Amino acid sequence: MNFPLPDLNPVMPEILMTALALIVLLLDLLIRKKEVVALISMAGTALIGLSLFTSSGITFGGMYISDGYSTFFKIIFFLNVILSILISIKYIAVEKVNYGEYYSLILFSTIGMMIMASASDLIVLYLGLELMALSTYVLAGFIRHRLKSTESALKYFLLGAFSSAFLLYGISIIYGLTGTTDIKAIAAFIAEKGLAGNLALLLSISFFIVAFGFKIAAAPFHMWAPDVYEGAPTSVTAFMSVGPKAAGFAVLGRVFLTAFVAAKVDWALILIPVAILTMAVGNIIALSQTNIKRMLAYSSIAHAGYALLGIITANGEGLASMMNYLMIYAFMNIGAFAVIIMLRSEGFRGEDISDYEGLSKTHPLAAMLMLIFMFSLTGIPPTAGFIGKFYIFMAAINAGYTWLVIVAVIFSAISAYFYLRIVMYMYMRDPKTDVVLTTSFSNGVALGITAVAVLFIGVLPSALLNFAKAAIAGF
Amino acid sequence: MNQLSYPILSMIIFLPVLGSLVILITRRSWETVAKWIALATSIGTFLLSLTLFTDFDKTTHKMQFVEKHSWIPNWNINYYLGVDGISVLFVLLSTLTAILCVLISWESITKKVKEFYIAILLTTAFMIGVFCSLDFFLFYLFWEAMLIPMFLIIGVWGGPNRIYAAIKFFLYTLVGSVLMLVGIIVLYFNSGNTFDILTMMTMKYPYTMQMWLFWAFFAAFAVKVPMWPVHTWLPDAHTEAPTAGSVILAAVLIKMGAYGFLRFSLPLLPEASRAMTPVMLTLSVIAIIYGAVICLAQTDLKRLIAYSSVSHMGFVTLGIFALNTQGVEGGILQMLNHGIVTGALFLSVGIVYDRTHTRQIADYGGLATEMPIYSAFFMVFTLSAIGLPATNGFVGEILILLGGFTANKLAGVLACTGIIIGAGYMLWLYQRVFFMEVNPKLHALSDMNIRETITLLPMLILVFWIGVYPNSYLSFLHVSVQHLLERVNAGGGTQELQIAKTILEVIR
Repeated sequence: MNFPLPDLNPVMPEILMTALALIVLLLDLLIRKKEVVALISMAGTALIGLSLFTSSGITFGGMYISDGYSTFFKIIFFLNVILSILISIKYIAVEKVNYGEYYSLILFSTIGMMIMASASDLIVLYLGLELMALSTYVLAGFIRHRLKSTESALKYFLLGAFSSAFLLYGISIIYGLTGTTDIKAIAAFIAEKGLAGNLALLLSISFFIVAFGFKIAAAPFHMWAPDVYEGAPTSVTAFMSVGPKAAGFAVLGRVFLTAFVAAKVDWALILIPVAILTMAVGNIIALSQTNIKRMLAYSSIAHAGYALLGIITANGEGLASMMNYLMIYAFMNIGAFAVIIMLRSEGFRGEDISDYEGLSKTHPLAAMLMLIFMFSLTGIPPTAGFIGKFYIFMAAINAGYTWLVIVAVIFSAISAYFYLRIVMYMYMRDPKTDVVLTTSFSNGVALGITAVAVLFIGVLPSALLNFAKAAIAGF
Repeated sequence: MNQLSYPILSMIIFLPVLGSLVILITRRSWETVAKWIALATSIGTFLLSLTLFTDFDKTTHKMQFVEKHSWIPNWNINYYLGVDGISVLFVLLSTLTAILCVLISWESITKKVKEFYIAILLTTAFMIGVFCSLDFFLFYLFWEAMLIPMFLIIGVWGGPNRIYAAIKFFLYTLVGSVLMLVGIIVLYFNSGNTFDILTMMTMKYPYTMQMWLFWAFFAAFAVKVPMWPVHTWLPDAHTEAPTAGSVILAAVLIKMGAYGFLRFSLPLLPEASRAMTPVMLTLSVIAIIYGAVICLAQTDLKRLIAYSSVSHMGFVTLGIFALNTQGVEGGILQMLNHGIVTGALFLSVGIVYDRTHTRQIADYGGLATEMPIYSAFFMVFTLSAIGLPATNGFVGEILILLGGFTANKLAGVLACTGIIIGAGYMLWLYQRVFFMEVNPKLHALSDMNIRETITLLPMLILVFWIGVYPNSYLSFLHVSVQHLLERVNAGGGTQELQIAKTILEVIR
């Protein structure tokens, strides 16, 4: 028997990341100061980030692929890790859950996302998804002495397990239909046998949409998001709203535009109502929220709706616009959470929208940053949010979905109301309570990075656009 | 082409931005410093923009002072600036308005002084950008970006009902704008992937698409103008905004809508514009009469002037959609006039509001006894708003009515009634505020000080300058308007063009 060692180069970032996560887990036992653990996690992630650019290719018999597409998503994940850890360091101390496992869980979850982005086989995809999901369940319930946190973790776990079952069912139908779980082979089989309108295939596609729709929090599979976002530690909410969502979109793009590409007329028919419903539910329910984390949960649902347009477009341009959007969303959303996290201090939750009253008077800088992120989330130029939406709309119109874009812009205009409400509270009301900000150097760094990125991409988006375009070149 | 060796338009746009950045880094307690920086910046911007006035070549319809740099090559977007006869005057109006806004707010703004002047300067920069952009993406960027500081100006420093007004203003404008955005993208793909307005103008688009686009653009521009029936944000926004905000809104911001029709709807979508003329004329006439009648019922000074804007802007759109030389030139001149007069009226109301802190007409009376200089100024602006000969209002309105009659007699006749009602509500307002018994609350009110007089003086000069010798402004327009109309009326509508030309000859 001869076992040739598979080419490890494509999977090198994941291997290094796993090593880092294990080292962090061990170091946690030895190091008393958890800030050091955080620092090691961030520095390690940044260093491993460099290896992303050298790893490419297909390995493990075609089950694992590292291309421009996966690399782009992995960069989003790495940014997500670094920014989330930056905003966590002080916060988890305030919440009195300053344990080192926090960081290794974030890293393990990220490894899961990386595997999802690179999976070229449905089984590998499922592995990655479960690794990501299980780590995030624990993270959601990390503040174990708070009932809401535990509740959110349980809720997330139950509904997540449910959606995993759907995914497995979908995979098994596909396997029964085509006899393979390899994404490329499925595509070839469907094309060869002309299965595009096959009922079993449609059923399987529907199950995939349910499972992935759960991960990206698309309506009507979004029910978990508001409760989990509200209950989870704020830093974890920031992490969850970007990472798993981006990973969900990564697999959605890969599976639907490779495996099911022949049936794209069929799944577009399912995804279009899903996208419209997602935008509607997200934007309209957000209008009546009083808790800012809940509001951002609905906002994140709405943003999934916009990004879905990129998938519906079903071409390279659409994918690039979706990736571009998720990158921008990572910056602006974590930026907003970095401000929210500052309002949490000993004995003060700082999660009610009314806590923002008069913030511009007491803390003008924080208010100004929040203003930038809110306008960016609305999509007003010259912020990055506008560029993201513009690209998506352009790709969709070019593919002939002008009416869908009109629906999207109307919802986008509706969304202005709840984002503006935050600005209105900050700038146009007088402070009622004396809000003390929990500032820290690391959180300041996160705010700086995100604010500069939001404004820079808003004015000079060329570099990011080129990057997104180059990333889908080999797709 | 740029006849100057330096990028004049970029300098005019970015000098206020620079000024706002300088204010941003000054200390919060240095309020006077912030004011002086704002004043110096706005005066500097105005002086720079005077070059446009002196060096403008009136013999060509081509864009002047052009700057073009590649910006986002992926989408073929350029940083492309330039002005022609239609836009150059609005740049000047914006820079002048900025100075007046800084001056009028000198004492009335007492909270968050630093932020206020930053917002004013940023608004100025974005407004100038709107008028100079020759790239549709760049235009949209400035158009939307301006909402942010304007939203804050109304919402932070405005009157009691300011939050409602600010959000209403923002949402109305945003809904219109995003529909335009869809239109812009559709246009982009149908013009060979370019946002260059001048290139877009050389293409011919299918008629059905033109119709769709016309309404998409209408959504954005009509809200801004504001045309009936999407005008309802304006009374609230104008009334609740601080004086400087009302002035910016009245003098420049609502001109952007009419400018949008001139710059985009007409030349890009000529067939649709021609086909939609009856609708636009009807809406204009409704706005003229409706705005005027509503004015008669107002009890709030600022609200009255705000509704008079609806009526006056009705004249502007009437002139533009008359689609003949007098109409369009009159429309553009009337935009300028309205900017000057309504701006001046809001400034005047601000001056008296700073003293009495009431906007109710009933709280005034006999002001002429207490503030004679102020009353004289107000009289001039009132008469100009009515359109008395020798003031600028007359020139604009007569041109528009000439154009209106040529295009559609009924529209012309109905528009005239607007002038009559206009005289009614303005004179009645003047009577209630300045004549009659002196309201006891108004005793010992000081007359205008030097700062306030200086603020109003440029407007007074302009009222008479345009009123007596309009040609120094109209001469900017002739060639550009002619070129525009040739594009709009090409392949049809030549008959109207002939009539218009004949009438022009007769007048000359």
